[in-house]
Amino acid sequence: MIRSKNISPIRVGLLGSLLVFALAVGCQKANAPDPDPGPTDPGGGGIVYKPTQVTLRQPANFPAMVYDLSQNPLTVEGVALGKSLFYDAQLSRDTTVSCGFCHQQFAGFGHSDHALSHGIDSKFGTRNVPGLQNLGWDREFFWDGGVTSLDELPIAPIQNPVEMDLKFSEALSRVQKSPKYPPMFQAAFGSDTVTTARFLKAISQFLLTLVSADSRYDKYVRKEAGGDLSSDELAGLTLFQQKCATCHATDLFTDKSYRNNGLPVSSINDQGRYRITLNEADRLKFKVPSLRNVEKTFPYMHDGRFTTLEQVIDHYRTGVQDSPSLDPALKANGQLGISLTDIQRNQLVAFLKTLTDNTFISNRAFSPN
Amino acid sequence: MKATVTTGLLLVFVIGIFVLACTDTSTDPVNTGKLRIAFDNVVSTSDLKLGTATYQNAAGESFTITKFNYFISNIKLHKADGSVYVVPQDSSYFLIQEEKPASQTITLSSVPTGNYTGMTFTVGVDSARSLANISLRTGVLDPALNDGMYWDWNSGYIFMKIEGTSTVAPATQNNTFFYHIGGFGGGYNGKKTINNLRTITLAFTDSGANVQSNAVPSVRITTDAMKIFNGSTKLSIAQYPSVMFDDYSPNIANNYAQMFSYDRTLANP
Repeated sequence: MIRSKNISPIRVGLLGSLLVFALAVGCQKANAPDPDPGPTDPGGGGIVYKPTQVTLRQPANFPAMVYDLSQNPLTVEGVALGKSLFYDAQLSRDTTVSCGFCHQQFAGFGHSDHALSHGIDSKFGTRNVPGLQNLGWDREFFWDGGVTSLDELPIAPIQNPVEMDLKFSEALSRVQKSPKYPPMFQAAFGSDTVTTARFLKAISQFLLTLVSADSRYDKYVRKEAGGDLSSDELAGLTLFQQKCATCHATDLFTDKSYRNNGLPVSSINDQGRYRITLNEADRLKFKVPSLRNVEKTFPYMHDGRFTTLEQVIDHYRTGVQDSPSLDPALKANGQLGISLTDIQRNQLVAFLKTLTDNTFISNRAFSPN
Repeated sequence: MKATVTTGLLLVFVIGIFVLACTDTSTDPVNTGKLRIAFDNVVSTSDLKLGTATYQNAAGESFTITKFNYFISNIKLHKADGSVYVVPQDSSYFLIQEEKPASQTITLSSVPTGNYTGMTFTVGVDSARSLANISLRTGVLDPALNDGMYWDWNSGYIFMKIEGTSTVAPATQNNTFFYHIGGFGGGYNGKKTINNLRTITLAFTDSGANVQSNAVPSVRITTDAMKIFNGSTKLSIAQYPSVMFDDYSPNIANNYAQMFSYDRTLANP
């Protein structure tokens, strides 16, 4: 029997140390083998696996990237494979539609002049194709943020019945059977076996290289040559910072949040973010899109209802409709929308056009071979 | 002096408890064996027969079942002395599918020998694995190749899927009903979404499962699909012919949390 009066403070200390030691001994974990069957896999194909590393650019005026490159190190071979898959119409059921069909480089990788996504058999989806750029800085994808990893994203459009409508297993099988791809997988991943992870990570690698950071505005901000803004554009920038940058924040031009911007509900009755969270407060909310290359990504809004930037700004001036989930920033001081004169609207449009990155839009590295 | 000796003995005992309690995947040269766990899908007292047999729920609705799948994961085995063997994370995900008999028996390898008296497992796929690097999600966890047990529009696994037909299901749905239940409580900011993960603990109420290097006991678990209808919530097909990612789904998760029971262990089948 131990009575408390028999235990000295030293003994208590010793007992404590031993307990910690016991925990440490008892809870030691064996080093788990790395289950990632990535680049170390032995494989056939007869091609030497010696990929060339690619360093992804981190523009000086951007925040830190969120994609974990250590899980998918970029290589010349991986990017080339991803690009090939991105532009391959074999990934749609009737082999007519590739990823690049709806994501056109000249349109900032949006679908030019298409309000709603356009799939095989001339089927239409319910949302506007978002432009693609700077995806390494995104944590959630789609207008409602339903997809939480870039590495999973392509599954949805490939399988969506109104987009590419191909079972993913069939997509992998077509790629495996094609004479072109197994050597490319061998070169990129050290194995010519097409797996879900390798297929998706290759596409991620290509998508991650789509960094747009060379617009006139970028050069202005970084004080580089070619960064001259006119007085109207500078006035637009000031207005933008005062009236738009709450949501279109940072040099990515989005704070990645979901907001109801007061669009009247259309007949599609898209409830937006609510579908993902089932949170009443998220009804009619959509992800704040980046404004990079916005001049090229028309039509605008989640359902493509506006075709010009002037219409978009006019919506914020006079079209904002109140509802329980309307963003508070659009209801400041009890006043709906954003007040702007006609001149200010034109200055804003002038500024938005400085976000066009012609280097990006014409970069041959992003174009089909 | 006597107290010191007693303290010493007590310490040895306490250290021992910790060592035992935390035993997991360590590579110590402990003797190991295999354990099988067989899930027998039934509907009340009858064997589940896909498509052909007709059943009736507490709401008085007749129905057939055409598909019945569920994820079992994060298995822990308990011994009578309170120690727990945690099946290594990377080999602790199983998809039980009625249409694939081979999937209904799972084999755990490298289980430390001894007599196990119960188990704990999760129905579904935990949030950590749901969000893990895609390279770690192979086999039944492959989001694109696991027989439709994944939502590609709302990243996450479907934990339990039961489908069937009933005359009370709407004609516009071809008289079919769908219950696709998932939701791991995700959302990296803001309010967490629905969490339909459920943890089940079952006692091996007879003599238990004695794992030896030369004996592979087979634990038989009965999964009663009727409990999905007649659990704490009486599920009416007419009222809820289709439940997927929506606010009603936790009721069904609470029901499937009740569908497992221990049957018996076959010593060395």
